[in-house]
Amino acid sequence: MKGIYLPRLGPGAFAVWRRNVLVWRKLIGPALLMNFGEPALYLLGLGFGLGHFVGDMGGMSYLAFLASGIIASSAMTTSSFEGMYSVFTRMVPQRTYEAILATPLEVDDILAGEMLWCATKSLFSGIAILIVALLLGVVADWQALWVLPVVFLIGLTFAGPAIVMTAFAKGYDFFNYYFVLAVTPMMLVSGVFYPIDTLPPLMQTMVQLLPLPHAIELVRPLVTGTPLTQVPLHLAVLLGYALVSYHFAVYLVRRRLLV
Amino acid sequence: MTEPVNDAVVIARGLKKNFGDYQAVAGVDFDIPRGRCFGFLGPNGAGKTTTLRMLLGLTPSSAGELSVFGLPVPEQARAVRARVGSVPQADNLDPDFTVRENLEIYASYFGIGRKLARERIGRLLEFAALTDRADAKTDTLSGGMQRRLTIARSLINDPELVVLDEPTTGLDPQVRHLIWGRLAELRSQGTTLILTTHYMEEAERLCDELVVMDHGRILDQGAPAALVRRHVEPEVIEIRAVPNDELERLGQASGCRVERLGTSLYCYTHDPAPLLGKLREQSGLTFLHRPADLEDVFLKLTGRDLRKGA
Repeated sequence: MKGIYLPRLGPGAFAVWRRNVLVWRKLIGPALLMNFGEPALYLLGLGFGLGHFVGDMGGMSYLAFLASGIIASSAMTTSSFEGMYSVFTRMVPQRTYEAILATPLEVDDILAGEMLWCATKSLFSGIAILIVALLLGVVADWQALWVLPVVFLIGLTFAGPAIVMTAFAKGYDFFNYYFVLAVTPMMLVSGVFYPIDTLPPLMQTMVQLLPLPHAIELVRPLVTGTPLTQVPLHLAVLLGYALVSYHFAVYLVRRRLLV
Repeated sequence: MTEPVNDAVVIARGLKKNFGDYQAVAGVDFDIPRGRCFGFLGPNGAGKTTTLRMLLGLTPSSAGELSVFGLPVPEQARAVRARVGSVPQADNLDPDFTVRENLEIYASYFGIGRKLARERIGRLLEFAALTDRADAKTDTLSGGMQRRLTIARSLINDPELVVLDEPTTGLDPQVRHLIWGRLAELRSQGTTLILTTHYMEEAERLCDELVVMDHGRILDQGAPAALVRRHVEPEVIEIRAVPNDELERLGQASGCRVERLGTSLYCYTHDPAPLLGKLREQSGLTFLHRPADLEDVFLKLTGRDLRKGA
């Protein structure tokens, strides 16, 4: 490994991002259904159904608590899915990267473009859930729009680790490990469904090492209009995960493709 | 073999590639002159594809020096690839897009503006005889059409050098001839072509110069006709029968160098008359008299045994 790979956000990355946008546009129907349908069902089912028994949580209605948590967790899962299943498809069976690598683009450009695209999909999902949440009346005011750049950042945070997994993957089944051992547990302990302060103290400390709780600490106040705290810390954790994972993803994908 | 060629597009010296213990390219030297068609001829596993990948900076070499357009590779591979077109062994067209979109997207990777790209795409569709399929998805195209599109795609940046890895493998004769015609056209416009093949006819028709490779080494280099002159007698009589000692003695008695391969006996000679006379007296033998060609050189240099994994 020589040097540190920093994201190369040039025209090459943009060309890769644009390619993915154009493919997405062709499949826009099912994509939008996924963006709107799933979170709407979750919010209606859990928010209203479970919320009826729970009442308030963390000083807000359970629906508001859950909606703001799901914006963050959905940014995570959307980006992770794209960074694994779709990136793997382009890297291995479809050999799209092989074709791209015969042009002036390099692995750095391709992965920068892919991470931007993963984050863009997170953004689509964030917009969709925000609209659903708005219709359900849990969005406080206009400052909730600040959640969109945060969601984009969350997308970057989780795209890198997903692509690192892809660099090791022999097939799609490999991703089950990451989902079952990382994504799902993180979703359950990071404050999406209940506040972190109900966890045992040791666990609370450990959870702070994960990126998702920091994502939620930014998203929830922005959506529900409660005060933000420790903004630089949360941003730094999210950005740190994105940069470090980009570096390793570039290293690993180069090692896999340039043999 | 290593004296420098004036205006060489590619210069390789002592180029090596190891994969673990396996030596894919075992130290090769070559100069590829500008505006010519240069071939790498060799059996599967000879190291041809690895050599091409090193040219593009896609495989790091284990030792040796390599330059393309005078630029060191892989250090300047990005600048090199901007001026090179590449046709990989297996088509890797983008299945999510139509024929035209494939070319548009590929142009965007080279940073070619929309207007210039549109102009070139029109010409390339014509060149590849795909104008009427421009809006078809690529997975609805026949193998030959996909290959033509891949070749058209490799020309989107108006390259000075096009690298083709087995451009016509697996295609039917009509398509093969069409592609050969297009490649000859490109060369006549001054584009340098580098191709790998194990089709002798392709090498003989297209290549001004070629190297014969096997086990990662260059066995010889030259124009196809010169290689034939250098390595084999000018005429061949091929006897189509299970080779036996008696037939072999017959050939040798007539002053031929005799080789056995599969269900044929090859008799190489400067003077075919004695053996032809004897063969005509024997009934029931099928035989073919022809001038020696690249295939004879290839078989002589690379050996006649069926190799492991072939």
